[in-house]
Amino acid sequence: MAQKEQSSQSIFTDLDDASTDAEVNKWQRTFRLWRETLREHWGMLTDELSVKLSMLTVAGFVVIAIFAPYIATHQPLVRQYQGDAGVLIDKWVEPSLLGADSEYLLGTTAAGYDIFSQLVYGTRAALMVGIIAAVFTAGIGTLVGLVAGYYGGKVDDALMRLVDFLYGMPLLPTVIVLVAVLGPNLWNIILALIVLQWRSTARVIRSQSLSLRERPFVKAAEVAGASDWHIISRHLAPNVLPMTFLYGSFGIAWAILAEAGVSFIGLGDPNTVSWGTMLQASRAYSALSFGAWWWFVPPGICIGLLVISGFLIGRGYEEITNPKLQ
Amino acid sequence: MGKASFVVRRTLQLVVTLWAVGTVLFGLFRLMPGDPTSYVISSQMTQEARRQLIESYGLNDPLYIQYFRFLENLVVLNFGQSFHSNQPVTDVIATYLPNTLVLMLTAFVIAYAIGITLGVLSGWYRGSRFERSTVITALTARSVPTFYVGLIVLWIFGATFGVIPMSGMTSLGTGGQSTGFLDMVFTMDFVRHLIAPAAVLAFYYMGYPLLIMRSSMLEVLSEDFIDVCRAKGLKERTIMFKHAARNALLPIITAAAIALGYAVGGSVLIETVFAWPGIGREMVRAVLRRDFPVAQGTFIVLASTIIFLNFLADLAYGYLDPRVTYD
Repeated sequence: MAQKEQSSQSIFTDLDDASTDAEVNKWQRTFRLWRETLREHWGMLTDELSVKLSMLTVAGFVVIAIFAPYIATHQPLVRQYQGDAGVLIDKWVEPSLLGADSEYLLGTTAAGYDIFSQLVYGTRAALMVGIIAAVFTAGIGTLVGLVAGYYGGKVDDALMRLVDFLYGMPLLPTVIVLVAVLGPNLWNIILALIVLQWRSTARVIRSQSLSLRERPFVKAAEVAGASDWHIISRHLAPNVLPMTFLYGSFGIAWAILAEAGVSFIGLGDPNTVSWGTMLQASRAYSALSFGAWWWFVPPGICIGLLVISGFLIGRGYEEITNPKLQ
Repeated sequence: MGKASFVVRRTLQLVVTLWAVGTVLFGLFRLMPGDPTSYVISSQMTQEARRQLIESYGLNDPLYIQYFRFLENLVVLNFGQSFHSNQPVTDVIATYLPNTLVLMLTAFVIAYAIGITLGVLSGWYRGSRFERSTVITALTARSVPTFYVGLIVLWIFGATFGVIPMSGMTSLGTGGQSTGFLDMVFTMDFVRHLIAPAAVLAFYYMGYPLLIMRSSMLEVLSEDFIDVCRAKGLKERTIMFKHAARNALLPIITAAAIALGYAVGGSVLIETVFAWPGIGREMVRAVLRRDFPVAQGTFIVLASTIIFLNFLADLAYGYLDPRVTYD
């Protein structure tokens, strides 16, 4: 056993690892290959200014989300005062940032909630929805896409019919119906988004792996007797990883946008503050007509900042991994 | 397998997908909590009258009978009657669908005309200041939720300056749809209502074709035949539009089908913000008041639009790209 290992090492040092277990070996090598690629890409990625700024923005929001209880000045879901019965709008407090004499940085909503604290806590909902949904959609989508594209035939057919079916479901209406069925809370919104959103990653990755499958290096690997998993993980996957990351970071953006939309329609989680529910409340109380812009402008800016950061990181990554684009 | 059998197979898939969407929808709406009849039946009604009403809607039959009746009706496009207004659902759809189509198509034509042109140019002038500013504009446009842009537009131009109407499709007292749909569309009042939502949507949808066209251009420009064109001494403009852009257009086709899907789904939001009486907004309202027939009918219209567009995109893809094989 040991002898065999030594002899193989002398000839195939670049092909084989020290371990003799072929199965573990393959997995380890695949893992190492991916890790190296990722580390290399991370280094190049952080070189670009727009990506660096986007990452700082996301990091800033992450910090805000983690330390939300220390940053927020009030409890976001506790009314700061009771309005007169039946009168909602006269208790409106203007923001102290604009020079009004109040203890509320961004004023209060018509129902008496502190806007600044709601904004801070809204970061938590947005990041949670964005990150969880993106990881699952990109992961499931890539796996399905690779398998469908590589195997082709019946497997491809079955998986793509499933994707076709999901594509037949309009995004927001489906999420709305699912949330109406499952009950309006944040986890159900995330679940509904994952159920639908992996479709786009799967389709793009599949078309990529369809064309990769015909490339000479894959044919060569096939002829050399490589296993299916070997080809998928070492020849196809590294080539589609940029797309996975692209769709992953876009997935964050789409999830945050969708959550905001669903909440805006009025199916948001009533026990959580999100930027979407803030916008919904501001519209319900006609903040537009009253010109109370400090209520509905900040949540939208936060959504925009976080989403554009996701897009910019994705694009930066795309340009690095696809040198043709530079 | 040849092209003809691909078309046949793809058509069969279309039917199966439609059936699956219908089935899932049927299940979902019946899983929904809350009694749908509570919205139609007032508390003053006698038990007897209440039971008769439930009976007339067929809600007492076993689920599988309801299911088969549902499928049967789907084929003949009979979506039943609204629980809420007792109107046939097909009438509801006929009222709201054209409104959505006018809005969406206006926005889409503007968005794709501008987006593709800017995409070609920004791909061609890679690394210039023009490219950077277009890409950043496109990213910004896609990052801010449309309903939010809609709110801001309403706040600035509607509430503050009073230039655009705050809601709806026609002003009160102008007759609305009683004068016929086409008569309504060609009035200044309608155009005034259309401008804001269409512009907001176009600004949002523009980013997608722009970015895709740009990446696709970059891909095409690095290919050898572009060098051959240069070597032949063709004018730059000819190379850009006749050779590079035409080859780069291919991904736009699948992208457009996907984008139109998002457009239909997104119509829910923009119609809600601008109180545009379209099919998306009607669907949400039907879901919220548990009006199964209307919710189902409108959802199926939204869904089959997308399914059909994907079908067309698939056929077009095989037709336009000779490298695609049907195996």
